[in-house]
Amino acid sequence: MAGFRLLPRLNAENRFFWTSGSDGRLRFLRCEACETFVHPPRPICPNCQSEAVSPATVPGTGVVDTYTINHQKWQPVLEVPYVIARVAIDGAPGVYLTTNIIDCSVEAVEIGDAVKVAFEQHDDVWLPLFEKA
Amino acid sequence: MANPDAYITGIGQSEVGVRLARHPLLLTIDAIREALDDAGLTLADIDGVSTYPGKTAQPPGYSPVGTEDVIESLRLNVRWYNGGFEITSQLGAVVEAVGAVMSGQARHVLCFRTVYEAAALSRPDEYPRPGPGRVDGMMEWLLPFNAYSASNWIAQYAMRHIKKYGLKREQLAQIAITGRAHAALNPRALVREPLTLDDYMSARMISDPLCLYDCDRFTDASTVLIVSAGDALGDVKCRAIRIDAMAYSVERHSWDQSEWVAAYPTGAELWKRTDYKPKDVDVAQLYDGFSFNAVTWLEGLGFCKRGEAGDFLGDGKRIALDGELPLNTFGGQIGAGRLHGFGFAHEAVVQLRGQGGARQVKGEPRVAVATSGGGPLATALLLVRD
Ligand SMILES: [Zn+2]
Repeated sequence: MAGFRLLPRLNAENRFFWTSGSDGRLRFLRCEACETFVHPPRPICPNCQSEAVSPATVPGTGVVDTYTINHQKWQPVLEVPYVIARVAIDGAPGVYLTTNIIDCSVEAVEIGDAVKVAFEQHDDVWLPLFEKA
Repeated sequence: MANPDAYITGIGQSEVGVRLARHPLLLTIDAIREALDDAGLTLADIDGVSTYPGKTAQPPGYSPVGTEDVIESLRLNVRWYNGGFEITSQLGAVVEAVGAVMSGQARHVLCFRTVYEAAALSRPDEYPRPGPGRVDGMMEWLLPFNAYSASNWIAQYAMRHIKKYGLKREQLAQIAITGRAHAALNPRALVREPLTLDDYMSARMISDPLCLYDCDRFTDASTVLIVSAGDALGDVKCRAIRIDAMAYSVERHSWDQSEWVAAYPTGAELWKRTDYKPKDVDVAQLYDGFSFNAVTWLEGLGFCKRGEAGDFLGDGKRIALDGELPLNTFGGQIGAGRLHGFGFAHEAVVQLRGQGGARQVKGEPRVAVATSGGGPLATALLLVRD
């Protein structure tokens, strides 16, 4: 389901995330003091209030926490159906990403599936999509 | 026990429809007039205004009328007002008003919610859609993945419920079927045709497992609730309904970071603030912007255990008008239109006053619950006829 995408507006806080795929790696902000992951990105750790938060690489794998098969053409150019999933990110406890599961039939996705990241580049944005591991 | 000394006195509602020509401010004023007449109050009595989410141009028609429009147009002499998105869903505007009257900042607060999405979408020249620019805020994490609609976000919780607890689509369908059955008895309801289980099961999917009939529809309408201080009831000439308890809470502001929906903690919190118990509730008005929202409220409020709403709903008899827990007696949002939260409290007052006409629950209901909120934001009110 390449094709139509609205893209995020990049700023000082989120640019690292949306461009992380340029070297094929998935990164999230992590607190240098207590290792809590901070997502969506903010310049402070919600656990210990340290301001030393910096991007950390995670394995790029995860587990389908839940999902839906979207059938509605919210935009005329959208190709349906497609899977929207919430992926629990391995190595980043408590962090989820809303994403798409690609490169399989929509019926093949199940809660608990192991998935791995597959970036899709649009202009200066690398969207973290996932495929079955 | 908390015993907020606040009441809902007047209730009012405009015409409810789709693609209405009447200006949204005038719809709002129609509802205000009805509420004032209902309460026996005049504009001069109003000293507070509260709304959710405040005036916002995007998405088109979502909230075309703000506090300023009402205060200016009616030259209200307000001492307190409130309008904003950063509260825990629509009925949060009522919670804020209760705070105002209890703290003496106001005596009679006009609370309103005006929606105009059907009209706005049909008149893009007047109400332009957002351009193709980039997205930020919460939408930054959803729209790039074509997760456009709340139906996509709520469907994921519904899917988890189905897989984890065995909720069946035939059970979920009872929310929509019951809402439509009740809407048929409500002269103001948007959709008054009955819905059968066959209709439901053969409907097209929007976002699996939510089908067309699991979703409310864009509606043009305004609903008004007047919140009055307990010591101001001498001003009114109506049967005032006491707000016995209220709760509102947020899980995570980022919808996709929230483990479950806020109906669960909010429902549990409500019962800590009252001596009433779930079994005392005579009629339930539970947010059903998507049918599954009502499922989480049934469980969150303790009408059944978590994961057991499917069995509770069963074939729908329990939630019918003559069932043990009549649900969404005005039709809910699925039947009566997307009144966006305010319809539930409005109907709770109607029922507690015995003004439901053909849809009135028998046996003079005394205790009602009304909720709003579908995701990680939620509000619950417990209303009592003393
Ligand atoms: Zn920390």
